[in-house]
Amino acid sequence: MTTTQDSPKTERSVPKPVFTDAEAGAQEFPDSNSRRYNYYTPQKRKQTHYEDVTVEVQPDPRHYLSQGWLYGFSDGRGGYPLDWTVLKAWGSDKPSPQRGPGTGGLFVKEWPATGWHEFRDPNEEWELTLYRYNSNVVRQVTQNVEAAKQSKAFEQWNTNWVRFVEQHVGAWMHVDHGLGLYLYANANRRAPTNMHNNAISVNSMHRIRAAQDLALYNLTLSEEIEGFDGSAHLETWNNDPAWQGVRDVAEQLTAIDDWCEAIFAANVVFEPLVGELFRSQLVQQASPRNGDFVTPTVVGAAEYDFAERDLRYTTAMFELLTNDKEFADHNKSILQDWAAKWTAQSLAAARALQPLWSQPDAKPPRFEDGLDRVKSRFSGIVTSLGLEEPKELSL
Amino acid sequence: MSRQSVAKAHQKIQELSWEPAYHEPVSQYGTDYTFRKAQKKDPLKQVLRSYFPMQEEKDHRVYGASDGAIRGNMFRQVQERWLEWQKLFLSIIPLPEISAARAMPLLFRTVPNPELHNGQAIQMIDEVRHSTIQQNLKRLYMNNYIDPAGFNSSLRDFQSDYCGTIGRQFAEGFITGDAITAASIYLTIVAETAFTNTLFVAMPAEAAANGDYLLPTVFHSVQSDESRHISNGYATLLMALADEDNHQLLARDLRYAWWNNHRVVDAAIGTFIEYGTKDRRKDRESYAEMWRRWIYDDYYRSYLVPLEKYGLEIPHDLIEESWNQIWNKGYVHEVAQFFATGWLANYWRIDPMTDKDFEWFEYKYPGWYDKYGAWWENYNRLATPNGHKPIVFEDVDYEYPHRCWTCMVPCLVREDMVMAKVDGQWRTYCHEMCKWTDETAFRPTYQGRQTPNMGKLIGHREWETLYHGWNWADVVSDMGFVRDDGKTMVAQPHLDLDPSKMWTLDHLRKCPPLASPNVLLNEMSDDERTAFAARYVKGGPAGRPAPADA
Repeated sequence: MTTTQDSPKTERSVPKPVFTDAEAGAQEFPDSNSRRYNYYTPQKRKQTHYEDVTVEVQPDPRHYLSQGWLYGFSDGRGGYPLDWTVLKAWGSDKPSPQRGPGTGGLFVKEWPATGWHEFRDPNEEWELTLYRYNSNVVRQVTQNVEAAKQSKAFEQWNTNWVRFVEQHVGAWMHVDHGLGLYLYANANRRAPTNMHNNAISVNSMHRIRAAQDLALYNLTLSEEIEGFDGSAHLETWNNDPAWQGVRDVAEQLTAIDDWCEAIFAANVVFEPLVGELFRSQLVQQASPRNGDFVTPTVVGAAEYDFAERDLRYTTAMFELLTNDKEFADHNKSILQDWAAKWTAQSLAAARALQPLWSQPDAKPPRFEDGLDRVKSRFSGIVTSLGLEEPKELSL
Repeated sequence: MSRQSVAKAHQKIQELSWEPAYHEPVSQYGTDYTFRKAQKKDPLKQVLRSYFPMQEEKDHRVYGASDGAIRGNMFRQVQERWLEWQKLFLSIIPLPEISAARAMPLLFRTVPNPELHNGQAIQMIDEVRHSTIQQNLKRLYMNNYIDPAGFNSSLRDFQSDYCGTIGRQFAEGFITGDAITAASIYLTIVAETAFTNTLFVAMPAEAAANGDYLLPTVFHSVQSDESRHISNGYATLLMALADEDNHQLLARDLRYAWWNNHRVVDAAIGTFIEYGTKDRRKDRESYAEMWRRWIYDDYYRSYLVPLEKYGLEIPHDLIEESWNQIWNKGYVHEVAQFFATGWLANYWRIDPMTDKDFEWFEYKYPGWYDKYGAWWENYNRLATPNGHKPIVFEDVDYEYPHRCWTCMVPCLVREDMVMAKVDGQWRTYCHEMCKWTDETAFRPTYQGRQTPNMGKLIGHREWETLYHGWNWADVVSDMGFVRDDGKTMVAQPHLDLDPSKMWTLDHLRKCPPLASPNVLLNEMSDDERTAFAARYVKGGPAGRPAPADA
């Protein structure tokens, strides 16, 4: 009988687990039970998860940023200047602490130092929520379109409806894309708090996603419907007189320098008067009458983005400013001017779209009825903000 | 989606962009770069239909691991030495991340490539992801780690702390100044392409070795987004290179961005990896070895050097000098020693080094003990209060350093310190390159060329200035680095949580007042200042004052 000898086992060089007992509660000592972020005051009684991951990430020299901003533009200004909007929140005119040799940090004891920091996104968007929400949307939209493909739903479309979708539903993708990038994403560099800028960046992704939803839907239709012209939306956007008003306003919106004006003009005025008119009063109404149950699910996703989320944070943001304890009148006066200016522009763009109402074989409800409805909704939004209905609405 | 349909989908979304017919989008940021001959390609090819579910899936993995860590009592195996440094790191990093999101609009008007704007928008929301997921990780540490102090106050602390201020450059540099310098060269070409390798790959590996598998879980998930951002930067760089007028600016910006990243990131991450670990296996890579692999080989040799043939002037000298600083001049060790010297102005606890640590350092960095060993022995001796003062006030052969005006890391490699009167103020710099950054690069003209869009260094860049003449107890109290009993300090130069071993404001009350080196420098006569500089550069290594006969 032979015996085998175990070959000496070489131990791999790897880190060894060590019992450290470094878990919460293992010892009592000063601060051992202080398990909440103690540098901010929650909006409500308890700190929310959203607030924990958002508040104070973007610093403010009026609070803890004692050494001030370290890098500036060529004019020497750094950070997020309050005068990037003409609107003001209480405390805005109060100078930042003037620090220097031996002054100490001069940390502001009464916080917030300005009303800007009172804003909280009612949607409580952070990464977990935004990916969940948008993933659900793209999955649902993809499944809807896929189900329609399987059931040959597009074969029910009449020729005029095919033309309508390829040209006009397609044209709206440019609005979403242009504003998503050059208005909303652009504005995410401009606001004075992390709460504002995160909400705005999520808004931006809604619009860019909605644009791509329409573009990819258009691609599917090109593959599914014989004769569907996947590039017709370009010609419509570039040259159709009915769309030039919308395009003109969309481009003007991206040209706004003041970030508050940009968000206000887009979300309080343009979207209710033009966006919802097009989506809810035209496309959603006309589609089923023309045998199309798919397009409303794609367009409806964008409508939900706006109506239930983007408008919601926008309203919360401007309500604070129109009820500001120091600058309410100042803000309302400016917002009233903006409302007047953008209402006139948006209504002109909306009216230019009127010929679209007569293009489908099965007609949607009358343009004027749809317009009345969006005007009524718009009126409700501006009055809820403490503003007056602009007289331009009845012109 | 199949690969083919991804390609088709990406092709399709190119139809979304349009040239303005009636009004130009607002132009709010300037650049001195030009893009007249730019090629226009989006290397990202990402559509949101696949992007959102992909990110959601990554989230599932991250949050699943987080739950698992809690259920599996990960914190019973986490090294406190390691997690204490995360109080610094995780207080800083959410700001650079969110600043990167804010930086993307700087490129919309300045880089005339609508195709690329799609990638930049995705980077924007990636960065929102990173910032909030990191805040969430810190929240989890605060709730489950033995000592929440410093996590619970982190976003107050880092905004006023000198280490946090050093780190803040890695955020503000992205969002101000010349748009291309900031959002492209500094952010994507150097910070993301080169230094996220050590930040988000090398450091998490060290975390795992110290019983923390959540940091790798979160940061590898973050790093998987970085490859997209690197593509954004690369595409912009190629566009910039196509125009020869840009070459001079590219050379300037690469020099500034490289050197600043080296000074800031190597200081912080080098310290975390070398002095925050308990893993002293001889075959585990040192930071120097990691740097050689991730930065020198992967970035410099594989990424930068091939761009030379397209006209990019590579700062070979600075890359070699960075290595020289790390390998020959002990940059990381000098920084770690300074952080430990200045422990009382921080908000985390710093564990003393042991014989096992000494052995490892000597093995990895021959000659380490002769330079730093005695000081760390003194640090250990002076760790718990016993009638003495904190180490910075004791005679341990260490001279408190002056601070670099540009990178804000102190001038620790003493022989490299230079001085200049800039904008009417005497300033010290840790190296000739940092002096160049302030005096030459961040100016409205560069080598005779108008650079009106270049940014400015601003702010109270020397932390000590604000507290010149203050009692240390008042300094720490003013900054809020105090525990909930109102007197025990958050920071400690050891890991013992027995309250009788912890330093309090009462101990600091007995210390000499804080003196700002920069205020003192500007109070000197010219002769005194010259003599000071001559003596300073003869000091070191390990902070030793210059010999008396120097």
